[in-house]
Amino acid sequence: MPKIKYVEHSGKEHEVEVPAGWSVMEGAVKNLIPGIDADCGGACACATCHVFVDAQWQAKLPPREDMEVTMLDFAPDVAPNSRLSCQIKVTPALDGLVVRMPKSQH
Amino acid sequence: MSEHIVIIGAGQSGAQAVATLRSEGFAGAITMVGDEPFAPYQRPPLSKAYLMGTMERDRLFLKPDAFYKEARCEMLLGVAATAIDRGEKSVTLSDGRTLHYDKLLLATGSQVRKIRCPGADLPGIHYLRGIADVDALRDVFEPGKKLAIVGGGYIGLEVAAVAAKRGIDVTVFEAMDRLMARAVSVPVSDFYEQVHRAAGVNLLLNTGVEAFEGHGKLEAVRANGKVHAADVALVGIGILPNDRLARDAGLGCDDGIVVDANSNATGDPHIFAAGDCTRHIGREGTALRLECVQNAIDQAKHAAIAMTGKPSTYREVPWFWSDQYDLKLQIAGLARPTDKIVLRGDPLARKFAVFHLRDGAVAAVEAVNAAPEYLVGRKLIAGGAMIAPERLADTSIPMKTIA
Repeated sequence: MPKIKYVEHSGKEHEVEVPAGWSVMEGAVKNLIPGIDADCGGACACATCHVFVDAQWQAKLPPREDMEVTMLDFAPDVAPNSRLSCQIKVTPALDGLVVRMPKSQH
Repeated sequence: MSEHIVIIGAGQSGAQAVATLRSEGFAGAITMVGDEPFAPYQRPPLSKAYLMGTMERDRLFLKPDAFYKEARCEMLLGVAATAIDRGEKSVTLSDGRTLHYDKLLLATGSQVRKIRCPGADLPGIHYLRGIADVDALRDVFEPGKKLAIVGGGYIGLEVAAVAAKRGIDVTVFEAMDRLMARAVSVPVSDFYEQVHRAAGVNLLLNTGVEAFEGHGKLEAVRANGKVHAADVALVGIGILPNDRLARDAGLGCDDGIVVDANSNATGDPHIFAAGDCTRHIGREGTALRLECVQNAIDQAKHAAIAMTGKPSTYREVPWFWSDQYDLKLQIAGLARPTDKIVLRGDPLARKFAVFHLRDGAVAAVEAVNAAPEYLVGRKLIAGGAMIAPERLADTSIPMKTIA
């Protein structure tokens, strides 16, 4: 199972296994990792699952679709490596992915 | 002895209340009672990805089992609460047990409204509210079948979209003259009507169902005097609040459990309520009932805070969404028929928004594949922003700089 490392804004790290096919958001929520709210449950409707993706992984992720780009535009502290974690589907190729949480989702 | 909070209802509100009670520092015992045999799960995907088969059951659950364990929340699932004794401060359960509470949260949710007409009990007629409903529907969801959908609201149309993609022959029977009439404005109804027709869905407006017909199982639907062959029917004609338990206990109810600004039920300082089951005072000052995830989450947060003794007024802007085909409909605020409507963007481009102005202030927005309009709209509504209609309609002005 692919391993994903979630880093809280405080620097606290959580490395967990996430089944392929799940989203990076679900991997956090289902493992009780704080920092991702995901109020809408992954429908790309709330922009509360914002994460920063480590540089070496950016190119390996599926590109952002229009809806994600526009939703992100309104998340706090957005950066070029920002993603909505509900829109990143976990695959074996993402084994080792590192994502960092923003200070706040609201 | 430590305080005991009992939560009746294992849905979105119940799960949120557990999280908020603990994050607010409540140190007493928590027990959750749910009549379905499942821990709290997400209902929105039921009529979308779960029905389609692209999301497995495991992924529906809101929290892992470890969450309830860590939160020291005892889960009594597959058990219904049958009565509240307010004098004794206790709840009777369907398995005969009695639970004492210091404070009680009613997060009982809602149930589907059943259709009443001849043949309504025939096998082959389905409703959609829980996991078991969708499991039963999926078993008969096969290409080539004739599906009759009664009700052109969110549920009916989301199922119609999934079914049309599956190659199922879909007919929607809607009694009103337009789709989603209770939830959206005329331009949005008209847009979705065209989308569903283009996808091959047979839409019958102004068409109330008179009867279901068949010998031992559903074979046809009779509407406006005509008989339409059908193998399966899905009825989606709204939901009713689960307020019977509260009503039987003498709490104030009026099509929903009446709560004050603090989520406190009428006439009992120890009982609170949150989610679909409540009738609460909205941010515009009128009593209303909301049927959505946002209300379930936000009201549960406020109720949980209030239960720890800190007054907490619920005033968030309601928001809703619906996924049909490749379209995401996002709505914020509550529109009224008397609002001034401003169209931004072009429905033909499948990307537009309808703003609703009341006394010059933005009161609601309906956005189709238009996240900026929705997200900025939410903030404008919360702040009571006054924006000129010409400005809102002008797509050359980005939403970010519209205010």
